[in-house]
Amino acid sequence: MEVVKGSYKVKLGLAQMLKGGVIMDVTNAEQAKIAEKAGACAVMALERVPADIRKEGGVARMADPIKVKEIMRAVSIPVMAKVRIGHFVEAQVLEALGVDFIDESEVLTPADPFQHIDKHKFKVPFVCGATNLGEALRRINEGAAMIRTKGEAGTGNVIEAVRHVRLIKQEIEALKKMNAKQLAKEAKEYRVPVKLVQQVRMLGRLPVVNFAAGGIATPSDAAMMMQLGCDGVFVGSGIFKSAEPEKRARAIVEATTHYNNPEIIAEVSENLGEAMKGQDIAELKERLQERGW
Amino acid sequence: MPKVGVLAMQGAFIEHIKMLKKCGVKTMEVRLPKELAKVQALILPGGESTSNRKLLEESGLFKPLAERIKQGMPIFGTCAGAILLAKTVDSKPGLFQAIDISVKKNAYGRQIDSFEAELKVKGFPKPFHGVFIRAPIIEQAGKNVDVLSEFEGRAVLAKQNNVLVATFHPELTDDARIHRLFLEMIK
Repeated sequence: MEVVKGSYKVKLGLAQMLKGGVIMDVTNAEQAKIAEKAGACAVMALERVPADIRKEGGVARMADPIKVKEIMRAVSIPVMAKVRIGHFVEAQVLEALGVDFIDESEVLTPADPFQHIDKHKFKVPFVCGATNLGEALRRINEGAAMIRTKGEAGTGNVIEAVRHVRLIKQEIEALKKMNAKQLAKEAKEYRVPVKLVQQVRMLGRLPVVNFAAGGIATPSDAAMMMQLGCDGVFVGSGIFKSAEPEKRARAIVEATTHYNNPEIIAEVSENLGEAMKGQDIAELKERLQERGW
Repeated sequence: MPKVGVLAMQGAFIEHIKMLKKCGVKTMEVRLPKELAKVQALILPGGESTSNRKLLEESGLFKPLAERIKQGMPIFGTCAGAILLAKTVDSKPGLFQAIDISVKKNAYGRQIDSFEAELKVKGFPKPFHGVFIRAPIIEQAGKNVDVLSEFEGRAVLAKQNNVLVATFHPELTDDARIHRLFLEMIK
């Protein structure tokens, strides 16, 4: 009997299983266990959370394999890890380690000034960030099985994630009003096959799972992204940079499930202690969202 | 016409809703006990079983759902849903213990070992396309469990009384035959 592994279908399939869930950044086994216990549907294994990467500066790279392995051993939920934009060897290393999903991420320092990773070459699925429809479609065309908004990572400020979701929505709405000629022109501008643009127009949404990421710090932030139509949320620095990570992690998971139920969001938002301090976008020296081509 | 709910805590619940609509039945997402009360059957979708377990317990849905399953409400669990319904999971007691099977989580390996394969299903003249995503393995099935499909010598689709489980994802295909099989369990 023929068995097919690593197909695009099973890559998309794992992304579909993550929907309605919260993916949490963790830097060690202990945090991974806290995240799993709180109900995270996956964890992102990192050496430093984005807020620390931002603060400490320097070149941010793929995590030490020992760290990734430690986290993989600690939990039964899927483990994701980040590689630098375009760094296909870091991706080969993570695939060899057996991580369940690779995030080709602007949070790390980009490694290729011209192109992103050819993700079709891998058996492991990829998630990539996007700030607009063209970026999302280029990543999908390269083989990404999941898209997330870039937002502005490490700021605890949700405004950029909201901006990216709204922008992508508006652009999809605009596609619906276009004729064949205009669609072809749009596809050219996006640098993707017209077939992909036609598919988005027909579906009225991205053809892959689309999570929110970048700046989500509270249960209400998470629920807002869900009400705006995202399929789930990533929370990076927002949990382990807050006063009471366990409680906050649980509350964000609850709010993501019951995103249409303000009574429950109110209940779980009580007494969470201080959220991460956060930053105004205008005060940033560098915007991570501008990385990627 | 009966209304079939889909547990909508976390996971691929929308795919099940679409499949049920394709079968022409009324359906709704279930997150709260008052929503459970409105349905005559329920699907537990794929997703992460630990996440679903946690959310079930905190939403107050666990007890009324366990009660409904005991009373004979037809229930269908796919992948993580099957894990929640199993008697034992990784040698520990399962959540609902509604079907006499022992499962092992992520037993084929990690995501790179997720796979697609054609399955022979009892009563289906043509094979069913099985999509297995970080799937569990049913290591043992009790003698009262009706094994409807096997892969590599182990049950992947099984039924006992009002409980149907699949370790794969029929909701990720266009083939509604297994959903119809479940709908036949509603009287």
